[in-house]
Amino acid sequence: MSSIWAFLGIPPQALFGQLMVGLINGAFYAMLSLGLALIFGMLNIINFAHGALYMMGAFAAYFLLNFFGIGYWPALLLAPLIVGAFGMVIERLFLKQLYGLDHLYGLLLTFGLALILEGVFRELYGSSGLPYAPPPELTGGYNLGFMYLPTYRGWVVVASAIVCIGTWLLIEKTRLGAYLRAATENPALVQAFGINVPAMITLTYGLGVALAAFAGVLAAPIYSVNPLMGSNLIIIVFAVVVIGGMGSILGSVITGFMLGLLEGLTKVFYPEASNTVIFVVMAIVLLIKPQGLFGRAN
Amino acid sequence: MAETVLSANDLQGWYGESHILHGMSFEVRDGEVVTLLGRNGSGKTTTMRAIMGILGKRKGSIQFKGAETIGLPSNAIARLGVAYCPEERGIFASLNVKENLLLPPKVAPGGMSLDEIYEIFPRLRERAGSQGTKLSGGEQQMLAIARILRTGAKFLLLDEPTEGLAPVIVQQIGATIKTLKDKGFTILLVEQNFHFASTLADRHYVVEHGHVVDMISNDALEANKGKLQAYLGV
Repeated sequence: MSSIWAFLGIPPQALFGQLMVGLINGAFYAMLSLGLALIFGMLNIINFAHGALYMMGAFAAYFLLNFFGIGYWPALLLAPLIVGAFGMVIERLFLKQLYGLDHLYGLLLTFGLALILEGVFRELYGSSGLPYAPPPELTGGYNLGFMYLPTYRGWVVVASAIVCIGTWLLIEKTRLGAYLRAATENPALVQAFGINVPAMITLTYGLGVALAAFAGVLAAPIYSVNPLMGSNLIIIVFAVVVIGGMGSILGSVITGFMLGLLEGLTKVFYPEASNTVIFVVMAIVLLIKPQGLFGRAN
Repeated sequence: MAETVLSANDLQGWYGESHILHGMSFEVRDGEVVTLLGRNGSGKTTTMRAIMGILGKRKGSIQFKGAETIGLPSNAIARLGVAYCPEERGIFASLNVKENLLLPPKVAPGGMSLDEIYEIFPRLRERAGSQGTKLSGGEQQMLAIARILRTGAKFLLLDEPTEGLAPVIVQQIGATIKTLKDKGFTILLVEQNFHFASTLADRHYVVEHGHVVDMISNDALEANKGKLQAYLGV
């Protein structure tokens, strides 16, 4: 066994430690690209505000704690609800006007929205980041022998896996999910069957935004609460969505975790490439399979 | 005379900028099968879409059971008890056969149960787990009709249900429509296959350039054959 590590030239702690970091990043990529895929499928809008809404999730948790004394566990539920509701207002007021127009309009509007939101939060709270402590139950860690596992990081991976699987089950196995899949294909006909499609669109946007906010709360104890936390992440998440295939739910989840791991591995074996490896993969996928690994050609 | 279920009066309809319907007026009475006949492009499908509320712009009047529906969104019209089987069938690729069947929500009590539907269309039971669009054309057409029978809607809009199907399937669909008529459904049918229409319908409206130019009852069909050929011939 030890000869393998000698051959690879790296200690196991470093390898597994980086894999863990990769898995954490992958968890965030998966949750965010899942929301983006949902929104794109139903609204045909590339939601550039997704990173800003993720940031708002973290801020919502911070406000709940510092203004109302509401801790991490309730915030995990409340912050997605609050930010999701905010998203639904945005959809009703602005995005609604853009359906049927070119993707570019939605992209510009949500990009502008992201700039405004991030600008407002940076103006109010600076860009150095605010502390948010993990709940006491999740502090500390376990020595697994081959690596040290901080409890909170393990929790993030488990929580995001649960949320991703739950969302997938909701879409693939329930009646509401069947409406959603059908309305993604042919909204006019689904509405002609008596289903209120505009309300479903609003709810879908709310759900996608709530997923982003949930990820934001999970991220707060790891990365601290920072107005720019979303814009750092969102570019990579868009690469993940392109690789997985626009609009594919399962594809975005699997691709998110895989690319997180790939990034972690690259940090071990060739750290110089770790920031670019995802974009290299994206370029290759676009050349070979332009609709993405899990996307349907249309 | 049976009570009027649907009446259109001076119905105007547009696809984007093009004005397609120029004052359609007709009515369908309870328990009737009524067809819209006419050449391609005369506005039959557009009329169906206008009734269902999925046309961009429409004017005039469409009353369903006495209620004006011209300003309603399509989901509200469906909830009044109108069910639509579109020309392109509209089977969802991302849903399996059973999910396609269960998709349209119930809008009124008294819809058929899944078992009753499977009795009429046994193929759909066999293929319940298949992807909707993996079915043959005939099976897809049956699925498109079957799924609106669950909803409890008693007024059906069937847009060219026999288009592109083999004669044996056409016969089967004809028998199904007859069964539905016997069960008390009211049906507005768009049909190119005139012979097929004449075996089912009570009355025929002839549509030309977006308005009704004639109404012929099925009994008077023989006597009016020459006139009809002039309307429909190329």
